[in-house]
Amino acid sequence: MTRAMHQVLVVEDDAGIRDVLRVLLTAENYRVVEASMAQRAEIEARSHKPDLLIVDLGLPDGDGLEVIRRVRAWSPMPIIVLSARTLEPQKVAALDAGADDYVTKPFSSAELLARVRAALRRGVRSTEPDAVLRFGTNEISLARREARGRDGPIHLTPLEYRVLESLARHSGMIVRQDQLLREAWGPGKIGDTGSLRGCIKNLRDKLEADPHRPKHLVTEAGLGYRLRPSED
Amino acid sequence: MMVETRPDPDELLARVKAEEARARRGKLRIFFGATAGVGKTFGMLAAARAVRAAGTDVVIGYIEPHGRAETERLMESLERLPTLPIDYRGIVRHEFDLDAALARRPAILLVDELAHSNLLGGEPTPRHPKRWQDIEELLEAGINVWTTVNVQHLESLNDLVAQITGVKQRETVPDRIFDEADEVELIDLPPDDLLGRLKAGKVYLPEDVGRAVDRFFRLPNLIALRELALRRMTSRVEAAARVSLAGDVTSREWLARENLIVAIGPDAQAEQLVRAGKRMADALNADWMVVYVETPWLQRLSEKERDRRIDLLKLAESLGAETVTLSGPTAAAALVEYAQTRKATRVIVGAPKRRGVRALLRRSTATELTRLARGFDVVTIAAAEPRGAGAAPEAARGAVIDVAQPVHVRRYTWAVAVSFGCTVIAAVMYPFFELENLVMVYLLGVTVSGLRLGRRPSALTAVLNVVLFDFFFVPPRFRFAVSDVQYVVTFGVMLTVALVIANLVASVRQQTRVAGARERRTALLYAMSRELAGTRGSGSMARVAVKHVAEVFQCSVVVLFPGGDGRLRYPRGEAPSENAFRGADLAVAQWVMDHGRRAGLGSDTLPAAPALYLPLSTSTETVGVLAVLPNNPRRVLLPEQRHLLETFAGQLALALERARLAETAESARISAEAESVRNTLLASISHDLRTPLAVMAGAASTLAERGGALDAKTRLTLARSIETKAREMSELVSNVLDLMRLDSGQIVLRRDWQSLDDLVGAALHQHEAQLAAHPVEVRLPNDLPAVHVDPALVVQVFGNLFDNAAKYTPPGTRIYVSATPDGEFVRVMVDDDGPGLPPGDPALLFEKFRRGAPEGTVVGAGLGLAICRAIVLAHGGTITAQQRPTRGARFELTLPVTEPEA
Repeated sequence: MTRAMHQVLVVEDDAGIRDVLRVLLTAENYRVVEASMAQRAEIEARSHKPDLLIVDLGLPDGDGLEVIRRVRAWSPMPIIVLSARTLEPQKVAALDAGADDYVTKPFSSAELLARVRAALRRGVRSTEPDAVLRFGTNEISLARREARGRDGPIHLTPLEYRVLESLARHSGMIVRQDQLLREAWGPGKIGDTGSLRGCIKNLRDKLEADPHRPKHLVTEAGLGYRLRPSED
Repeated sequence: MMVETRPDPDELLARVKAEEARARRGKLRIFFGATAGVGKTFGMLAAARAVRAAGTDVVIGYIEPHGRAETERLMESLERLPTLPIDYRGIVRHEFDLDAALARRPAILLVDELAHSNLLGGEPTPRHPKRWQDIEELLEAGINVWTTVNVQHLESLNDLVAQITGVKQRETVPDRIFDEADEVELIDLPPDDLLGRLKAGKVYLPEDVGRAVDRFFRLPNLIALRELALRRMTSRVEAAARVSLAGDVTSREWLARENLIVAIGPDAQAEQLVRAGKRMADALNADWMVVYVETPWLQRLSEKERDRRIDLLKLAESLGAETVTLSGPTAAAALVEYAQTRKATRVIVGAPKRRGVRALLRRSTATELTRLARGFDVVTIAAAEPRGAGAAPEAARGAVIDVAQPVHVRRYTWAVAVSFGCTVIAAVMYPFFELENLVMVYLLGVTVSGLRLGRRPSALTAVLNVVLFDFFFVPPRFRFAVSDVQYVVTFGVMLTVALVIANLVASVRQQTRVAGARERRTALLYAMSRELAGTRGSGSMARVAVKHVAEVFQCSVVVLFPGGDGRLRYPRGEAPSENAFRGADLAVAQWVMDHGRRAGLGSDTLPAAPALYLPLSTSTETVGVLAVLPNNPRRVLLPEQRHLLETFAGQLALALERARLAETAESARISAEAESVRNTLLASISHDLRTPLAVMAGAASTLAERGGALDAKTRLTLARSIETKAREMSELVSNVLDLMRLDSGQIVLRRDWQSLDDLVGAALHQHEAQLAAHPVEVRLPNDLPAVHVDPALVVQVFGNLFDNAAKYTPPGTRIYVSATPDGEFVRVMVDDDGPGLPPGDPALLFEKFRRGAPEGTVVGAGLGLAICRAIVLAHGGTITAQQRPTRGARFELTLPVTEPEA
């Protein structure tokens, strides 16, 4: 395995969940650093410089949101929120504070691991110039602006490429609607969710096997969209 | 014979309420005398000193000492409120300060001269025109008041005193104040002693009496006034006795209750009738009402004369009568009908005034009424000797001509034109027709004239027709002479028929107009009631009322509601309407709100204000104030207009009360429902949580203790069962939490435009694992409009529906999702071709803790559909379950494609 040992910082006050996460992540060959308090979390983050932060929102000495904001102030490291807060406004608040993804408790280990992989890949991919997305049998080269399906080339508009680029930059993670609009259309279009919906629908029609049951361009209701390219 | 002697419960209730109101009110004690100078003020002060000595907090609000030493001495030891300087036409007068008294709140307040009129034109403007109104407000504020009044100031005796003494008192007090006083103390001084005091200069004489002092203070006058005062006092004592009798169950007094109706017209006798009615009602202890009948004949009176009704009806109201304006073809018919519906025992009318031929031609109201009366007596009151007041009708008559002239000249011109028109037609016909047929043309002309021009102009046409007919057609032509005597008969009949036709037709026309006006009023009221009935929320109701009132009364309107602190405030955040009344006096409105009585223009309180403020009173409280600024004050001041306006206000108040009651009932229903849900919840949770917990605990402990001894496959089975049960529990818990949040209204919809594709896709993606064994076919049309919904919640609806389909149908069952636009909604169908719905009412599936399968076989259900329903209803949509015609179940829901109105 060529993968370097990634280091994951788990900020979680419940010892039972820390145990489960440690067993799960260690078994997947990650190194795990733990913190149970908000204050401790920042010290660990600064001293260990982990590759990924998993943070609970309800901490005994403060709010996880504060941890996210403080870390985000000095580091671009991927942050996954792991919380029992399930309401949409709470998720939005966490994403706005700088989190990249949100997993609600109770979580399934398979799902959490998939998100962790996606988050770590993003850290690598974002520097890669020649990203290639795979949607089932379709392959899209963002750098060369080329898309190929089983039956030959697929035509995508420049706008659709820009939306895909924006999603690919945060591949596997939630991208807020406003962020997509800003990155693909420019600041003038913020709030125009109709254009965005239309564009996503076109992309699904062109790239998804069943546009009604998208597997790659996934809607996160009330939050935004998530790109899930086929894993190798 | 059995006689029902149980008192009327309504009456008992009314008495209990009146007593309650009285207990909260301050007590009024009146020192009552026959004339000035009997020592009322002195008596009041002496009594005040006595209670002051006993330690009671007595304060002098206002007493005019008139420089009398003995009065001054009595006042010395008592606390006095400072007087309020009022600038009245350049002169500073010192008046009673109502607000200072309200602020001081003594146990007993002395205020002299109950009948005093405040200086309305002064600066600052007093709140009420009359002192008795100030005192009413003090009493309502719970302050006990002592005051003084003379018998000649009592409203109902006012005209009698004027007849006795020849001096008319302008300052009067409604009898109600006197009758409702808690204590009346008669200060009696024999006339001889009074005259002695007068000679000794011990009596201060008010200005108006001062001039007529010789006429006023004559022994016969004083004896008569003393008798009046004593009689009034006696009747008060009798009334008190009767009240206590009414409380006695064995008394049957109340069975024979009298009910008086006083019928008035616009003539000079009306005022006398009203006062006579009051005296009779008092003597009989009866309810009484004053009725004005608007007949076609009365509609032709000048506006000025009709306006006298305002004053008459106001007078009647101030004397405690209920006032009603009726309309009908004749006064007698309307009165009989009304008297019978109100079960009147006596109807009081003025004696017939027509004499001679007119009396023969038209029966007077009194005569007609006597003829028609069934079940009530008719009392006729002879006209009082015309005394000074005789000038008023003359002046009014003058006004008729003034006002009517410009209109009538044109009508009479038309009447003449009609006659000449008929003559022209007749002239054309003359060579070919007999004279009798020409008469017909003239009769037709009279009919047209009657229809269009009214009674008198058409009478002119009738007369003119005869003249023209004679001149132009009857031989010898072009002369007024008549050759054949038989034409005289023709003229006679022609004139009579023409006049009768003119009269009848004009009458019909008038009646149509009266009926039309009444119908319009009813229609207006109905229009507003109907729109109010279809309106929810007090703000919207107020807007509806403003629109209608502004339209009907040609005025600016605003409805003011109190804020949380009980202070009235202007409605905020409303689109400015052209009819909105800006600049209403909030202080006046607040007074109306607090007292539940109208104020401003034309009312008893602040009558000089430009706007009228009406309380919106329900049976229990005042919910707001309707402020009206008329473009033309007349429109609001006419009695029928004011009654109509009050009816509008009443309708609005009723509607507001209805809205409030509905809210209360709704919240009661919700809390009852919440209670039952809580109980079901507890029962269900204890089952649905314990079962998976038992599995988990068992499996986990087996793994912990025997893990080593088990083979890998068994260990995996146990671990998987823990995982499954944990997921079920988690699902149940989040369902319970969601439902509680939805039910408690904690969830605010975060609506946005969404494509149905997206929402269904997201739900399918989330439930991929559960749907592994159930192929899903999504058939959504491409041109479906975007829906305006909260995406996360609607995804949850679809997720629950998919989940249900997966749970209650065997593996391999297909699920279909389809949709069609439907007006302001999109109709979405989630179908399956499984075994279909369980037997029973499908609507019950959406109740909490309903299961498609018997308890135990499938866990974690029971809330899913209830959540779906709560979410869809919150969006204004509907959700139903039904059996598909072929096979399987269909869940159908609607989602809005429009933004909800703010």
